[in-house]
Formats: sequence, C-alpha cells, structure tokens
Amino acid sequence: MKRILERIVELLLTISGAITTIVILLIVVFLFREGLGLFQSSNVEKGYCLCVNTENTVLQLTPFQIKQIFDEEIDNWEKLGGPDEEIVVFRFSDSFLDSYSEEELGKNLEFLPEKLGEVIRGTPGIIAYLPVQYQPINQRGVRILQDGKIKLSDFLGGSEWIPTATPSPQFGVLPLILGTLWVSLFAILIALPLGLGVAIYLSELAGEQMRKILKPAIELLAGIPSVVYGFFGLVIIVPLIQKGFHLPVGETAFAGSIILAIMALPTIITVAEDAMQTTPQAMREASLALGANHWQTIYKVIIPYSISGISAAVVLGIGRAIGETMAVLMVTGNAAVIPHSLFEPVRTIPATIAAELGEAPSGGPHYQALFMLGCILFLITLVVSISAEIISKNKSQAKGI
Amino acid sequence: MIEAKNVNFYYGNFQALKDISMVMDDHTVTAFIGPSGCGKSTFLRLFNRMNELIANTRLTGECLVNGENIYQKSIDVTELRKKIGMVFQKPNPFPQSIFENVAYGLRVDGVKDKHFIKQRVEESLVSAALWNEVKDKLKKSAFELSGGQQQRLCIARALAISPSIILMDEPASALDPISTSKIEDLIHVLKKDYTIVIVTHNMQQAARVSDKTGFFMLGTLIEYNDTRKMFLNPEKEETQNYITGRFG
Ligand SMILES: Nc1ncnc2c1ncn2[C@@H]1O[C@H](COP(=O)(O)OP(=O)(O)OP(=O)(O)O)[C@@H](O)[C@H]1O
Ligand SMILES: [Mg+2]
Repeated sequence: MKRILERIVELLLTISGAITTIVILLIVVFLFREGLGLFQSSNVEKGYCLCVNTENTVLQLTPFQIKQIFDEEIDNWEKLGGPDEEIVVFRFSDSFLDSYSEEELGKNLEFLPEKLGEVIRGTPGIIAYLPVQYQPINQRGVRILQDGKIKLSDFLGGSEWIPTATPSPQFGVLPLILGTLWVSLFAILIALPLGLGVAIYLSELAGEQMRKILKPAIELLAGIPSVVYGFFGLVIIVPLIQKGFHLPVGETAFAGSIILAIMALPTIITVAEDAMQTTPQAMREASLALGANHWQTIYKVIIPYSISGISAAVVLGIGRAIGETMAVLMVTGNAAVIPHSLFEPVRTIPATIAAELGEAPSGGPHYQALFMLGCILFLITLVVSISAEIISKNKSQAKGI
Repeated sequence: MIEAKNVNFYYGNFQALKDISMVMDDHTVTAFIGPSGCGKSTFLRLFNRMNELIANTRLTGECLVNGENIYQKSIDVTELRKKIGMVFQKPNPFPQSIFENVAYGLRVDGVKDKHFIKQRVEESLVSAALWNEVKDKLKKSAFELSGGQQQRLCIARALAISPSIILMDEPASALDPISTSKIEDLIHVLKKDYTIVIVTHNMQQAARVSDKTGFFMLGTLIEYNDTRKMFLNPEKEETQNYITGRFG
C-alpha cells in the first residue's frame, strides 16, 4: 500500500516536472516561430510595390536604402551602384489622378497602369511607389523592383527603428539593444556595489535589532509594483536629473538606470544576504580562531563560501534590470536612437514591446519584429545567466569548493 | 601557563560556569571530562575569547595566560588568537584548497614571503601527520579529504601560525578509531612544543593522552588532578561514579 502511494507521488512529481519543462520549451519555440516570420516578409509595405525605369541597373534595395531614397537622403542612383542619374521619387496620390480626365483613365481606372507606365518610361531616374493593383505589368521601359525580404543583417545591424515608415518600415534593432544594455549596465553598476554592501552589512555587521527591522522592510520593497516605481521616478527623479544636470528633458537613460537600480536592490540584497547567512558558524569561528579579523573573515571565508548564492543575486538583479518594462517605459523618454551618453532619452526592448504590441497588426511584419525583440531579450538573459554560471563555477573551482 | 581565577560565566541569565579556578602548566596535556552540557566547551572557549561572539554573555573572574589577564582592554584579541590555536569538534576546513587552508593564518597575519609560507605549510602538515597523504594534491579542495584527514588538516592549520597553546574541543569525536588513534599519537608528539587542553567524552582517550584531568559537572569543577590518580583513585565520589559510568 505504502509502496503504491510512493509510486503515485513519484509519478506526479515526474509529470509536473515534465509539463513545466515542456511548457517552457513551447514558449521559447512559439516566440521564435512568430519572430522568425519577420524574415519571410517583404521589405516594402504590403499591397505596394516599387517600380523603376528599365535603364536603371539597380536590382534590389535594402529597407534602409529605400528609406534613405524616400527621405531624399540619397539623391543619385550612382550611390546605389546604378547609373549616374538623379533620383526622382514618385508617390502615387490622388493629385496624380486629378491630372488626367476620366476618359483617359477609364471607368474603373483600367488605363491607370498604362499612364503610370508612361511616366516611368519617361523618367529614367524615377522610383515609383505604387499600389500593387495599379502596377504597370509587362510594359516597355518599366521594371518592377524585385521584392526583397527583410534580412537578419537589416534587423540586427539596422540603426533605425521606425516600424510605421513607408514605403519600407525600419526594423533596425541596434538602438533598442544598445538602449537596453546601456540602461541595464549602469543600473547594475549602481545596484551591485550598493546591494552587496548592504547585504554584507545586514548579514555580518548589523545588530539583531537592526536586522529584524531592515530585512522585512527590504523584502517589502521587492513587492512594490513597478508602475509605482515608475511613477516615483517620473515625479521625483526625472525633475531632479533635469535640474541637477541642466538638461532639456529629464527623461534619460540615467533616470532609467537609477529606477532600475532601486528596483533591483531588494532582490540583490535579500538573495545575497540569505546566501551569506548560510555560511556555517563553524567556518566563521575557524577563521576568527586563526587570528583573522572580522573583515578578513568576510572576504576570505564568507564571500567565497556564499559565492554561488551571491552570483545568483547578481543574475537575478541583472535579469530584473534587463527585463523590466513599465518603470523604464515611464522615465527613459523612449527615443529609439543609439545612445551616446547617459543623459539622452533611450528606449529599451521591453518598453518597445509593451508600447507597440497593441498597435501592431497581428501577423504583420511589425508584430513579428516585436516577437523577434522578445527572442533577443531571451538570448541576452540567457547569455547573462550562463556567463554568471561559468564565472561562479570558475571562482569556486579556484577556491577549491 | 594558563590560569582561571574564580571564573563565572553566564549565557543571559543562565550561569554556565560557577566559580572555577585552576592552573594548567606549560607542555602538559590537560583533559576536561564531564557529562554533556556541563560547561567544558564554554570553559575552553574562554581562553581564545570565542564566547565573545555570542550575544548576551557575561564573564566575571580572571583568565590569565602567562600571567596576563587576556580580557583586559589592552589585549588585541586577534593577536591573542594567533598565540592560542583551536581545533573544533567537527572538522571545519575552509572552502579552499588544502594548501590555502593551512596558509590561511599566515596570510591573514600579513605574511607575503611565498617561500616561507610554502615551508611553513609543509612543516605544519608534517607535524599533523598528514603530509604524506596530501603532498601530491595540495591544490585540491579540502573538502575532498576524509573526515579524519580534514581534522588533521584543521590541526595543521592551527599549528601553522606557531601558537604556544592549542585548545581542542572533542577533536576526535567525529572520527573512526584509526583516525582517532592518529590524532592521539599526534597529541603525544605535539606535547613537547605546545601546551594542550583537550575536551573529550572518551574516558580512555583522556586517560591515554592527558597528564592532568579536570572533571566538570553542572558548571562546577568537581575535581582536578593528575590523570593517573584521577582514574585509579579519584578523591570525589562524583568523579568515581562518572568514570565508572554510574553518574546521575
Ligand atoms: N550559545 C549558547 N547560548 C545559551 N546557552 C548555551 C550556549 N552554549 C551553551 N549553552 C549552555 O551552557 C551549558 C554548557 O554548554 P557547553 O557547550 O559548554 O557544554 P559541554 O560541556 O561542552 O557539553 P558537550 O559535552 O555536550 O559538548 C549548557 O547547559 C548549554 O545549554
Ligand atoms: Mg562541548
């Protein structure tokens, strides 16, 4: 009877373990499946195409080149490897229709493609942005530009994130990655020394009374919702930074870092403190009995002994910083530009996902790009925890654990 | 010479030691025996001021080492502990290599001379009868050693800083008979150079290794005498009862 019960419990535990693992795997698979669709989608907005004159030798354009052309940042085909010809940008619009009479275009605009073809034929440097249903197919002098796919290099290497740009949305993720790393890096630089310091104080130096008050208070801080932190940041820290550094706006990477540091502190402190508390009393006594003072005992015995717990604290802290959404969204100004200093607005990956997922049409490139951002976030956190694992392993091997 | 004069010790309101006075001579092995909870460890730990780590404790009377009160203000407690080594009941090596465990006391003392450290580590391991077993794996973790080896490592660690006194709190209680006898042999050898105080629950062990024995009960020192006399012909009835296993 007892054996059967044990078997059942064993089975249940195995099943729940398996289910958890499978669910996590499925989430990752789903994330990547949705995200990777991005690289199947065209780099021109859906339902539109780009046409050029047949004399033009340029066969394909990257999303960024298209954007530069239509923003008139590139004005000659020569720069794109084509003939020395000034670029003429043509956007299809109602005013174009107005310049023809109804007979010329036909009742159902059936002659419109022909007219468009004429225009393209007559202008060697033209690039025309047209709805697909009016594209001049099989007309002399007109070539429809090959439909390029969004490439991984456009995504990872692109420095502009403008998902709503026409004719070619820009999914350059660089500013977002850098924004995330930038904000998180400084958050960790602030939070780590502070957090470990407080953990050491709490675990080794504070009196019984002090610890009884401080520890629950800090644990309480960990439970405050991030919007509240964001609000606090917006009302207090942002104006302080603006005044303190004489900036045009206070919503900067720095504000984000400070808020993140404040948010990561309770996690770092409690996890690291718990780890240090697990150092056996015998270990401390052994150190002190050999004539070591309090500090030597802390850094030669207690920290090495609890190093794996401390690195867990670090990873959790970094994880919190990298993944945090709301508070950062509220205080960093959300400008998707590559940051050059701490005192500029930036935008992080989670903030982007949170802000844009609602307005991105499901299944479209924008939607897929946001999923891809999720994948990148996942990879970043993966790298962080793996490297923390390796570091703590090396450390403990060196120490002989 | 170690001396206690009218020592009383309190954990909060609980009096663990009651008016204890005794003298332990240099280059002798003194054993403390007595039923569990009678205050042997508490008394032993007074002499390297380990009890200070426990909150809410109070000491009256005097503890003297070589005639000096070790609780007076001018005493630097870390310096004191360098002169008085301690071996604990359970082996408690640091999470470091074997070499670093033994070198620990020297390093925290600020010794930088690598050659000297190496030499001292080897000497200590030889004295602790461990050298032959570990000389090829000094870089390995101390946790890879057996319990008995770990305890001898802890003894080597205590010897490395050349103390003059070694306090041992049941150093063999967690060990098998072979490891135990190795440690007892070690105590015999170390006696030449060190003053040793050892707490033990093992009566035969006390009889084998010590020159003098103190018998404690409920915080008082019942009898303190030459070991031989104590075990053959004790003065107090309580001692007789305890030694013959009839206490209570
Ligand atoms: N940290 C402490 N706080 C409060 N009371 C303590 C503390 N340590 C020991 N005591 C008490 O003091 C008394 C003496 O303890 P001690 O550890 O010195 O006994 P012992 O003789 O070494 O016993 P054992 O042989 O079991 O090791 C015991 O009654 C114990 O309950
Ligand atoms: Mg004891």
